[in-house]
Amino acid sequence: MKVAILKSTLSRKNLMALTGLFLCFFLVIHLLGNLQLLLPAERAEGSFNYYSDLLSGNIFIMMISYVLYFSLIAHAVDALVITLKNKKVAAKYVYDDRKQVSKWYSRNMGILGTILLIFLVLHFKDFWYLYKFGAVPVDKEGYKNLYVVVLYAFKSWWYVLLYVCAMLALGYHLLHGFKSAVRTLGLYHPRYASYVQIFGVIYSYAITIGFSVIPVYVHLTQYGLWN
Amino acid sequence: MKIHLKIWRQKNAAAEGKMVDYDLDKVDVHMSFLEMMDTLNEQLILKGEIPVEFDHDCREGICGACGMMINGQAHGPVAGLTACQLHMREFKDGETIYVEPFRALAFPVKRDLKIDRSAFDRIIQSGGFISANTGQPAEANTLLVTHEEAESAFDSAACIGCGACVATCKNSSAALFTSAKISHLAKLPQGEKETAKRVLKMVTRMDAEGFGHCSNTEACEVKCPQGISVLNIARMNWEYTKAAVLKD
Repeated sequence: MKVAILKSTLSRKNLMALTGLFLCFFLVIHLLGNLQLLLPAERAEGSFNYYSDLLSGNIFIMMISYVLYFSLIAHAVDALVITLKNKKVAAKYVYDDRKQVSKWYSRNMGILGTILLIFLVLHFKDFWYLYKFGAVPVDKEGYKNLYVVVLYAFKSWWYVLLYVCAMLALGYHLLHGFKSAVRTLGLYHPRYASYVQIFGVIYSYAITIGFSVIPVYVHLTQYGLWN
Repeated sequence: MKIHLKIWRQKNAAAEGKMVDYDLDKVDVHMSFLEMMDTLNEQLILKGEIPVEFDHDCREGICGACGMMINGQAHGPVAGLTACQLHMREFKDGETIYVEPFRALAFPVKRDLKIDRSAFDRIIQSGGFISANTGQPAEANTLLVTHEEAESAFDSAACIGCGACVATCKNSSAALFTSAKISHLAKLPQGEKETAKRVLKMVTRMDAEGFGHCSNTEACEVKCPQGISVLNIARMNWEYTKAAVLKD
């Protein structure tokens, strides 16, 4: 394949779609793991710490994590390249009412993506970095106690609110992103395209609600009304 | 009815343009938008001013010559219409109407509302055809096409090349236009054979003309007077990737 083909508008979008869909897949796995935090406190601690240790020690998971880092970086860099080109060629009108015919989140994927990028820096710092390189206490089984790190993080209500807002941004990003990725990859069969669209909406809602419920639940059960 | 117009006036491609105000009295609600523009031009000519130039031809919504941004929307506020099929009854008495040319880097303004859409022609010239020998029509039953295939191909072929998809796209992408032709020919046995070559050439040309990426906002489908489906874009993407991977 020639380099010119890889640099075409369609190939660049294919990279966005493939990395985006891999991140969509990762979100499912991430959410399923996090759901353990909804268990009763004493069971959640053991289960979650065991799970975290299992993931960090597994060579297969490590390899997948490199694909994940690559996908995140490639998705962001490619988005920047695409946006710069689009900004260069895009039309400017004196009076512009084009917003009437498309969804606001489909036009603002870059802004939503930037919010998510800022959130990810925070998220990596608070959990990923702390778990890998920070001083994390050990639980009674001898595993690093990520559970108390989570409890500590969600102590303040504003941090919980920040998380929920970021998940809302994620939800809108997915609502357009999933559908757009499938279109970009070329699913043109009318019936299956509509099924996949419906799946995308359900998926986006599930991810958003799932990830939002966890910090709220942890905060309320540990520090809030339900304690 | 009475209307206020703010129209983009630009002397030539090199000149700076600006919005100019005009007032029109006694506009009939049953006038088409272009008839209203004709009325304005008649008055301008009587006053010794230069009329507003705009493209138009059939005025039946089938040729794709007319096209302008009316109140910030391609072909005006009603979905699925060309500017010539838009009527003044869609506007309120005393309303201010903004009229601008379709804009894109690849669509330079030539004068007033008239733009150069030859980028579309060059995309078609790059591969939007079937290289068949001309001559006597072949016997119809040698190439079997079902009714459904023919209808589907015709839905894609219905594109009139007006450029509303580009004008309404936030990235000035020509994906809908280019994909409609690629799909149209890929759906028929006569065109299917050359799909790979065609899609590579047409997409390369589309990029070279300075159109942007498709963000799948689907605004183009809404504003397309012919209702060309965005699934054509999916078809183009699929055919492109297939051709790029299988190319030797």
